[in-house]
Amino acid sequence: MNKKEHLELYHQMVLIRRVEERGAELYQQGKIGGFMHLYIGQEAVSTGLIAARQSNDRVITAYRDHGVAINCGIPVNEVVAELMGKATGVSHGKGGSMHMADPKKNFWGGHAIVGAHLPIATGMALGDKYGNQNNVTICMFGDGATNIGFFHEALNMSKVWDLPVLWVCENNKYGMGTAVNRASAVSSIAMKARGYDMPNECVEGMDVMKVYEAAQKAIETVRSGKGPFLLEIQTYRFRGHSMGDPERYRKQEEVKKWEESDPIGVYRNYLIENKIASARTLDELDEQSMDEVNKAVEFAEASPEPTMEDLYKDVYVE
Amino acid sequence: MSRITMREAISQALWEEMERDPAVFIMGEEVGVWGGSYAVTKGFYDHFGGDRVRDTPIAEAGIVGAAIGAALVGQRPVAELMTINFAFVAMDHIVNEAAKLHYMFAGQFKLPLVIRTVGGGGRQLGATHSQTPDAIFAHFPGLKVVAPSTPEDAKGLLKSAIRSDDPILFIEHATMYQVRGDVADGENLIPIGKSKIQRPGKDVTIVTYSKGIEISMKAADELAKDGVEAEIVDLRTLRPLDMEPVFESFKKTNRAVVVEEGWKSFGVGSEIASRIYEECFDYVDAPIKRVAQDEVPLPYNRTLEQAALPQADDVIAAVKEVL
Repeated sequence: MNKKEHLELYHQMVLIRRVEERGAELYQQGKIGGFMHLYIGQEAVSTGLIAARQSNDRVITAYRDHGVAINCGIPVNEVVAELMGKATGVSHGKGGSMHMADPKKNFWGGHAIVGAHLPIATGMALGDKYGNQNNVTICMFGDGATNIGFFHEALNMSKVWDLPVLWVCENNKYGMGTAVNRASAVSSIAMKARGYDMPNECVEGMDVMKVYEAAQKAIETVRSGKGPFLLEIQTYRFRGHSMGDPERYRKQEEVKKWEESDPIGVYRNYLIENKIASARTLDELDEQSMDEVNKAVEFAEASPEPTMEDLYKDVYVE
Repeated sequence: MSRITMREAISQALWEEMERDPAVFIMGEEVGVWGGSYAVTKGFYDHFGGDRVRDTPIAEAGIVGAAIGAALVGQRPVAELMTINFAFVAMDHIVNEAAKLHYMFAGQFKLPLVIRTVGGGGRQLGATHSQTPDAIFAHFPGLKVVAPSTPEDAKGLLKSAIRSDDPILFIEHATMYQVRGDVADGENLIPIGKSKIQRPGKDVTIVTYSKGIEISMKAADELAKDGVEAEIVDLRTLRPLDMEPVFESFKKTNRAVVVEEGWKSFGVGSEIASRIYEECFDYVDAPIKRVAQDEVPLPYNRTLEQAALPQADDVIAAVKEVL
């Protein structure tokens, strides 16, 4: 990875952090409604993972999707406008925080029923294999999703048919407020792949470079026609599950301990120590990101609401 | 013109569409090597191969979910659910994914998807395998629900469904695969969302679909002997619902009976009757009657099962009440 690419990854991570922080403020001001799940703490996962894909590889994820959307190349203006329910949002204000997608960027959502997008990912890979495409479907989900039947049906089918799909579990230690060991018979999610004779790996997810390297290997394994692969990525969310989380299930000391390995700080140190970028360059990127988010909020605030015509549009194609 | 069974009509529609478009493929339980649990896809596996006639694990959520995914990326899957009773296992993917994705992402996604399934009672399969929950699925905007009653409609509607870019639940009736009817040769696409007069009459309007057509036709034959001419409207599609032929007929007869095989409560009959009252109140000469299944889970015992299912005699009795 060259300097420019490194700086781009750093930029994306900071941009996600700033969008999420501003999102929380806007939510508290009542300018964002519904459910909103912040990606703060997990930025290295999606950033490293998506940096390793080719443009024809598809990405699909769950409801914690703002960061994934930004990594897939959706302009921050469209992300913030969607949060605020505006017509200029990536889903024209009809999807909201949990339902962002742009198939032109090969980002397939944004799905809010836990685990339900896993069989859909199986089908995308099936459709691509059927159509002789040489691409990979990257399906992201949380640890909580590995306890629902959809996960098992989807993994089984993907292996039975040797489909080009990379399963990526973001293990952030809690499904809402229930710790992994209280909800899953095995705490190792990667171990669940063994039941389907599927190659798997567990990597540390607070270091974007480690995620990137593991993702590259996994994606190439899948692309080479060897069938599906499961990558478990160990991470942690610094904020609550969603905006209305009293966080009774974990201690502040635990959160503080994880914050010491803040993925942005880890990457910043890496870039400076390896003389890839100076502190000053990174500071400038920080400022630039802040500026982009401020402009995105201005754009969203000034954007029109969807019309009454939009209410009835797109129920059907025909 | 050839006289063929419902099974042959559905089979022909699938075969012709697969020959026409390589994006069309079938997936489901026992569709391939077995030839389909109702023998609809017999011979397909040998001709089209396992990639196009794909046997799946017994995992309905997985089947429908995977069909959705394949449709999103441009294929045209026909997913088969062995019976509609198993659709409950795939409920999330049918009503929460297939019916929502086009709208929720502002038209960015298309789902050219057909879910073929088999509904209805009368085969002594017990309570869990004999249901007619069509109205439940027709409740959801974003999904289309088709349920034909004749071989001609089955063939023409299924071909249209496969060519449609919307997700469609196509419900066949378990006891109607041997029903014979005339089917025009060559391409005969029938538009989805159009009701049809299956039998003209002037004295009473019978509104129904699927199996209801069979029993209503029998009833109409009997009623004709007493000089009563019943007009039978076949809805063919429950969503979108085409009420114009119903209103037109009702304005002529001023009396209606709605016949469905599902339960009466919150059912198709309730919907149709309400719409007639809302749109044609000034034309009502008698309360609209609903003929439906008794409000019990269907029992195994043949006598009890038949007693719970709507029969031609029930239709005749209802017509006599409104006349």
